[in-house]
Amino acid sequence: MKRLLKGGTLVDPANGRTGPFDILIDGDRIGRVGRSLAAGADTAVVELPGGLLVCPGLIDMHVHLREPGQEHKETVATGTAAAVAGGFTAVACMPNTDPVIDNASIVGYVLRKAADANLARVYPIGAVSRGQKGEQLADIAEMRQAGCVALTDDGRPVATSMLMRRALEYAGMFGMPIIEHCEDPSLKGDGVAHEGPTASSLGLRGIPGEAESIMALRDISLAGLTGGAVHIAHMSARQTLDAVRWGKARGARVTCEVTPHHFVLTDAQLAEPVPYDTNVKMNPPLRQVEDRDAMLGGLADGSIDAIATDHAPHHADEKLVEFDRAPFGIIGLETAVSLCFDRLVHPGVISTSRLVELLSVNPARLLGVPGGALVEGAPADISILAPDLPVTVSAARMRSRSRNTPFDGWTLRGGVAATIVGGRTVYLNPACGDLGI
Amino acid sequence: MRKDLLGIGDLSAEEIYLVLDTAEAMREIGQRPIKKVPTLRGRTVVNLFYEPSTRTRTSFEIAEKRLSADTLNIAVAASSVLKGETLADTARNIEAMAPDVIVLRHEASGAGHLLSRICRSRIINAGDGMHEHPTQALLDAFTIREHKKRIEGLKVVIVGDLLHSRVLRSNVLLLTKLGADVWICGPATLIPPGMAPLGVRVSTSVDEAVAGADVIMLLRIQHERMHGAFFPSVREYFNTFGMTAARVARARPDVIIMHPGPMNRGVEIASEVADGPYSVILEQVANGVSVRMSVLYLLAGGQDGD
Repeated sequence: MKRLLKGGTLVDPANGRTGPFDILIDGDRIGRVGRSLAAGADTAVVELPGGLLVCPGLIDMHVHLREPGQEHKETVATGTAAAVAGGFTAVACMPNTDPVIDNASIVGYVLRKAADANLARVYPIGAVSRGQKGEQLADIAEMRQAGCVALTDDGRPVATSMLMRRALEYAGMFGMPIIEHCEDPSLKGDGVAHEGPTASSLGLRGIPGEAESIMALRDISLAGLTGGAVHIAHMSARQTLDAVRWGKARGARVTCEVTPHHFVLTDAQLAEPVPYDTNVKMNPPLRQVEDRDAMLGGLADGSIDAIATDHAPHHADEKLVEFDRAPFGIIGLETAVSLCFDRLVHPGVISTSRLVELLSVNPARLLGVPGGALVEGAPADISILAPDLPVTVSAARMRSRSRNTPFDGWTLRGGVAATIVGGRTVYLNPACGDLGI
Repeated sequence: MRKDLLGIGDLSAEEIYLVLDTAEAMREIGQRPIKKVPTLRGRTVVNLFYEPSTRTRTSFEIAEKRLSADTLNIAVAASSVLKGETLADTARNIEAMAPDVIVLRHEASGAGHLLSRICRSRIINAGDGMHEHPTQALLDAFTIREHKKRIEGLKVVIVGDLLHSRVLRSNVLLLTKLGADVWICGPATLIPPGMAPLGVRVSTSVDEAVAGADVIMLLRIQHERMHGAFFPSVREYFNTFGMTAARVARARPDVIIMHPGPMNRGVEIASEVADGPYSVILEQVANGVSVRMSVLYLLAGGQDGD
């Protein structure tokens, strides 16, 4: 069965193709890409409504699927359902599960769950250290063989400079990046919010931006020393962005990502509209306007390599507590694309082609996984986006098992029309009508 | 009047003056031989305290009893919270018994806001973490006004552990709203970041800060929790920031000395100052009852519309 998608605008920056190209899906593969392709007798022609963007599958390189061990928050099945509804054909999942993803058998477990769910592709990220305890290296080579694509002790930084050095050297043998949650634990202390006037007036313990940048500078220095690749996760502080620029300028292998909430929100959200809303408590915290604007600048000028959600599901009961006691994190898979269009593309911060670089091309390259381009013969992982679709965020209707989003009720311009993984349509947005795919 | 009293931040200057003026009337009740009026008869007030408190809880309880409310004290030990039910569930259980007012003291900033979202009962914040302690600031303002007849234009100096103090935050909000010239002073390690936008002067020199002051307010140094991390020793703190008679002499001759309690003599305040002629510390305690009666009356005394 072949399907020929016509009428969309192809956005394929990796191949330098943006414009009115048709794309032929042949079974699970991309058959052809070209202008005004003719349909054979065995081909169904799909005329897409005008204005839709046909993009290489989006990849969220920072997602907590919570399985094994915290299935009340999310499972591989519910998390990948949320992913495809958010336009993502693949996610990389974090190892801070219970037990920690620090050996090949747990990598295999996650991949079997992903195969059972059969929605988005799942690329497990293994722990740097056994049990994420920061003492010994985890079974890195075995995890690599089992399908791990990167390493991290996310939730905390790699504990010591020496362990980080060894991890960069060792992981470098397999071409795996170390994804680092940058945070100086002593400077963070028991902080729960960005250190500044808002936290001071609310009586919340602060976390300065320097808690992030100090660790980033350590890791960038070690990347320089070892030649290893370090990727700064969920960057939030303008000082960290400066550190990344410094590292890139001197040739260190450093890359970074930013989350939608860090380029949309600021710490003002702690006080308004819902004071002490635990759905704006995340780590790193929402920072001040100068930091948010710095993130927008980094997205625009190319200093930032990727947008990732840090999708961090928590059960409603866990969040319905005092702010100090609430867990850090919010979900993000099902709001990312809308926030990107509404806050980045439509205001002119970035182009759609840059958006696809941030959400697809670069994540694929950084993780060393397939995708990021619409290549003939490659698996047909395609995200069809609707840049002008009016979207009202509804936490109650999300596919994620958790509802912890600060964007509930927001109206945004731009969304997802359909998600195709391996030639199979795994998500169709009813708001876009029957697209016939 | 509003539903809850969660913080001074929510109040207008008019509302603050209304509380203070009403407290004047309430004080007269406390001077009668029979210190009781039927204003809150049939109303139930729950004092829900998650932190140990003698002064504030007793003050609220006396205020409630003088207004004839039915009162109930619930003291929750922090240890039992960790194994037991959440604040939200405790609140729902109390709410099921239909109290009119819940007075909440809690170690987490914003705990009152959480209760306010869950409960129909009126919430009075009796201190939440490092955030606010609004009735303390109101009774402080009442005490200042009694002595100085005004608040606007006074130089008020607050010295001590500014970082961890909810009394500081409430007082800064209230005093700046009413036009006082507010100075805050303490070691740099105990000054919250970003206070200047609130309209206060920040100083690490106590001699500079107290010069010409109309009011000096000391805040408690919780030296048992400081572990040498914020200043080297109690001795050094007292020598550098402790309120001694010599330092008080730099203030105006009619200065008043205030402290929300409990005091550490020989740490933030010398005994000669605490017990000296300028001290109004016990008046603050007495005024606390009148101010809390005022707040209870204004919040729960009228005919409920809802």
